Amino acid sequence: MKKVAVVGYGNTKFTKDELPIESLLLESTKQVFDTTKNLSQDLIDAVIVSTNDNSKYLGAVLSELSGIKPKISHTVEHLCSSGSSAIISGFSYIASGLVDTVLVTGADKIGNPGQILEWDKSRGEYNHPVYWASMFTKAHKRQFNTTDEELAIVSAKNHKQAIDNPNAYSHRAYTISEIMNSKNVTDDLRILDCSYSCSGSSSILLTSEENAKKFTSEPVWITGIGQKTNSASFTKNELTVLSSTITAANDAYKMAKITPQEIDTAEIHDAFSVCELMAVEDLSLTKKNTGASYVRNLFNTENRKINPRGGLIGAGHPLGATGIAQIIEITQQLQNKAGKRQLSNPEKGLIHNMSAAATSSTVLVLES
Amino acid sequence: MNQFDIELKKGNFVTSECQHCKKIVWPPSNYCNNCLNSVRWRNVSLYGKIIEWSKKGNDIFCISEFESTIRIIGKLDVKNKIIGSGKSVKLSKCSMNDKCKFFFTLIE
Repeated sequence: MKKVAVVGYGNTKFTKDELPIESLLLESTKQVFDTTKNLSQDLIDAVIVSTNDNSKYLGAVLSELSGIKPKISHTVEHLCSSGSSAIISGFSYIASGLVDTVLVTGADKIGNPGQILEWDKSRGEYNHPVYWASMFTKAHKRQFNTTDEELAIVSAKNHKQAIDNPNAYSHRAYTISEIMNSKNVTDDLRILDCSYSCSGSSSILLTSEENAKKFTSEPVWITGIGQKTNSASFTKNELTVLSSTITAANDAYKMAKITPQEIDTAEIHDAFSVCELMAVEDLSLTKKNTGASYVRNLFNTENRKINPRGGLIGAGHPLGATGIAQIIEITQQLQNKAGKRQLSNPEKGLIHNMSAAATSSTVLVLES
Repeated sequence: MNQFDIELKKGNFVTSECQHCKKIVWPPSNYCNNCLNSVRWRNVSLYGKIIEWSKKGNDIFCISEFESTIRIIGKLDVKNKIIGSGKSVKLSKCSMNDKCKFFFTLIE
């Protein structure tokens, strides 16, 4: 299997703007061309688009708009983790030797249809994600005595970290008290404990080891991949454990031949505050039932290790772009190019993405 | 539209059950997800238990489990009783127009 590197990237700002999906896709793609040395359209063998948008044939549309005539082009949809799923497709094409260089571009618009899984009738009329998040939060509070303050710390940390992310949807810091007293979405969920579905686009350029140095002197390698789908329907889920994340993480660590303790930084799917508390445990970044104290310690010491760009809560959640924005952040961290967000010389990073209440999860390990 | 939708529109709560291995196939489907044989459609017991619950405004919603397998989210009428996970409920009504809707009543 060939080695695969991230060698270029582009991001739009995440906003409330209602822009055509095609314009969003092109915007971050153009940035890849603007910032990657020696890149020309004829060097791209495959174009993969990740989105939940209802527009059709977007792999071909983006190819035409950006002047690429790829061997392979198509769209990947996998709800919230569409972006990381598209990255796995691109990785696989290169690792297998089918192609050398792949552009992966993700985008979604505010109000995109990917928040609701119409097929899942077991959710009844409560099919919006805030309802499963309320169930997760309630169950977590009961089983682990999790407090509203511990949940609010996740949001306070990620909003604060997003201030230094120029592409983030939110650039405002909130106190723990402001978050705890923000509007009740349900009795167990505050509005500031929720990520915001917004408009945005992110792109990466993947290539093989043979070509990496042509595009950058600092390739970042995808060394571990794990993905697990347990179901599609929410009601088969356990409520206090992300079991698909556990499996995906173990597979990714095994492939990368590393332990969780070696991870220097991680972008985690904090669609809701409770998700970050669960994920840091289920990714084995801390022990079970220590997620809240782990995150509290990060917050109190201003340690940006988890969600340095602000996560989904701070940066916003344009579904199809999210997984790609996560990998860009970890790539920048490993290249020491994250500006004010930069951690101290990280060498190994992780991204965690999931869909439909963690019925499926994706974990990628990256190394400099 | 499968038989589940047809029956739910009439106010009946049914599930698919494999004719070969007898597994309850939930969410409803025309084929068994264990052995891929055909299913039959049958009524679900109306009595279940609360797995988890929360509240939005004056509405209480919960996940209820029936026949130790079938979980659905619906609106709960507590009838002045004390709510809690594990407590017994009865499916009092179900319907399907633009959305599936399930209504439970707390019975203990």
